[in-house]
Amino acid sequence: MNFKLHVWRQKNAAAKGRMEQYEARDINGDMSFLEMLDVVNEDLVEKGIDPIHFDHDCREGICGACSLVINGLPHGGMTGTTCEVRMRLFKDGSTIYIEPFRAKAFPVIKDLTVDRTSIDRVMQAGGFVSTHTGAATDANAILIPKDKAEEAMDAAACIGCGACVAACKNASGMLFVAAKVSQLALLPQGQAERERRVNKMVAQMDIEGFGNCTNYFECEAVCPKDISVKFIAKMNREYMRALVK
Amino acid sequence: MSTVQTQVSPAQAQVAFISSSIGKKIFQAITGLFLFLFVTGHMVGNLQIFLGQDQLNTYAQALKNLPALIWSVRILMFIFFAIHIWRGIQLYFENKFSRPISYVRNATVQAPLSSRTMIFSGAGILLYVVYHLLHFTFITTNPQYAGLHDTLGRHDVYSMIILGYQNIAISAVYLVAMFFLCYHLSHAIPSFMQTIGINNQKWEPRLKVLGYLIAVVIFFGYSVIPAAVLSNFIVLPEGVH
Repeated sequence: MNFKLHVWRQKNAAAKGRMEQYEARDINGDMSFLEMLDVVNEDLVEKGIDPIHFDHDCREGICGACSLVINGLPHGGMTGTTCEVRMRLFKDGSTIYIEPFRAKAFPVIKDLTVDRTSIDRVMQAGGFVSTHTGAATDANAILIPKDKAEEAMDAAACIGCGACVAACKNASGMLFVAAKVSQLALLPQGQAERERRVNKMVAQMDIEGFGNCTNYFECEAVCPKDISVKFIAKMNREYMRALVK
Repeated sequence: MSTVQTQVSPAQAQVAFISSSIGKKIFQAITGLFLFLFVTGHMVGNLQIFLGQDQLNTYAQALKNLPALIWSVRILMFIFFAIHIWRGIQLYFENKFSRPISYVRNATVQAPLSSRTMIFSGAGILLYVVYHLLHFTFITTNPQYAGLHDTLGRHDVYSMIILGYQNIAISAVYLVAMFFLCYHLSHAIPSFMQTIGINNQKWEPRLKVLGYLIAVVIFFGYSVIPAAVLSNFIVLPEGVH
């Protein structure tokens, strides 16, 4: 398969970036999107051109390191993360636009690599349980109703990739923060710090410069882990609850 | 060594709440709710035109005889409207600045156009409200309405409305404005429920439908009046022209 690529190239955080055109030739349809970029990069290195920088780690859809906005949609808007996207899903000979996750809270470091530490700082503000964990306890030591455990797990599926921010027309981080707030609010271990957590995480989210949620629900549509916007409704409830608690 | 503050005071929490991203959403939702309730009440009042001249003029006179009620509603609506507009503009720009460099290639999966154009449908409604107040409330644009009185000597609101909508241009502006209102509400209603936290996966599609239904009811509830006037279903009482 052959593709024409339009890729965002930016030397460093301070430089002004622009789209550059590259050819991806003889691509196997079973390759992942990142493997396709590897092939393109090998070609660029041979030609003495600086390879395209992009984030990646596990390459099996669980770590949340890979990013990329492909043809206007984070992770290509397909099921799963960019590393799970296979080239056979694209039309042979088509043109593909590759851009970094764009948000004030995610400044570009180089090319397609962005600084997502803003979401780490939101986690540091309250996305934890401050108890001495010690050795792992028996799974049945704290009883949790099945439906609550399931719902908490649905929220905990968030890998913090930031696709919700990249997809949101307002660059809002609410889906991510909502998933983290909800996960712990649903479990008994999260109760002690429930109000403090939502207050601090929302405050940190606002400091980081994420936009406001206006209920477009584009985040839910591109989330590789299918996090539902019902968790944003839940975070809104949690936040109001914290005010009167 | 400075101490780490782990607990915010209730006063601090309240200030933080109002200026936070979620607090702003809730403010928008609550002020919007009051504006929606006003729009609904106003529509019910207007529909009395179908009960005849006497009924509508009696209703208008009854409202006029309650200045305390009228003025408190007017002042409250002005405040809610002002907050809603101010916050809306503020949110619009904050959200624009949250992505300083926009995408070369944009795509949308499921956000309806109405949700992405709230600032414009809102601006359309604002322009119309200004005109509407000058037209029917302060009677500035058409001063001849002020001289209309029914046989009991009351201000003839019934004839004023009919005279107004017999003008095709005025009716057209009105219908366009009602479309903007309907369009704005179709996103506003499900959005309100989500913002105040009354939503889940089961209710999300239902709320969307409910939003469209209410918006359409409001559109027809208002638009039926100029339609009835233009089709001569409602005509001027004898002697008025």
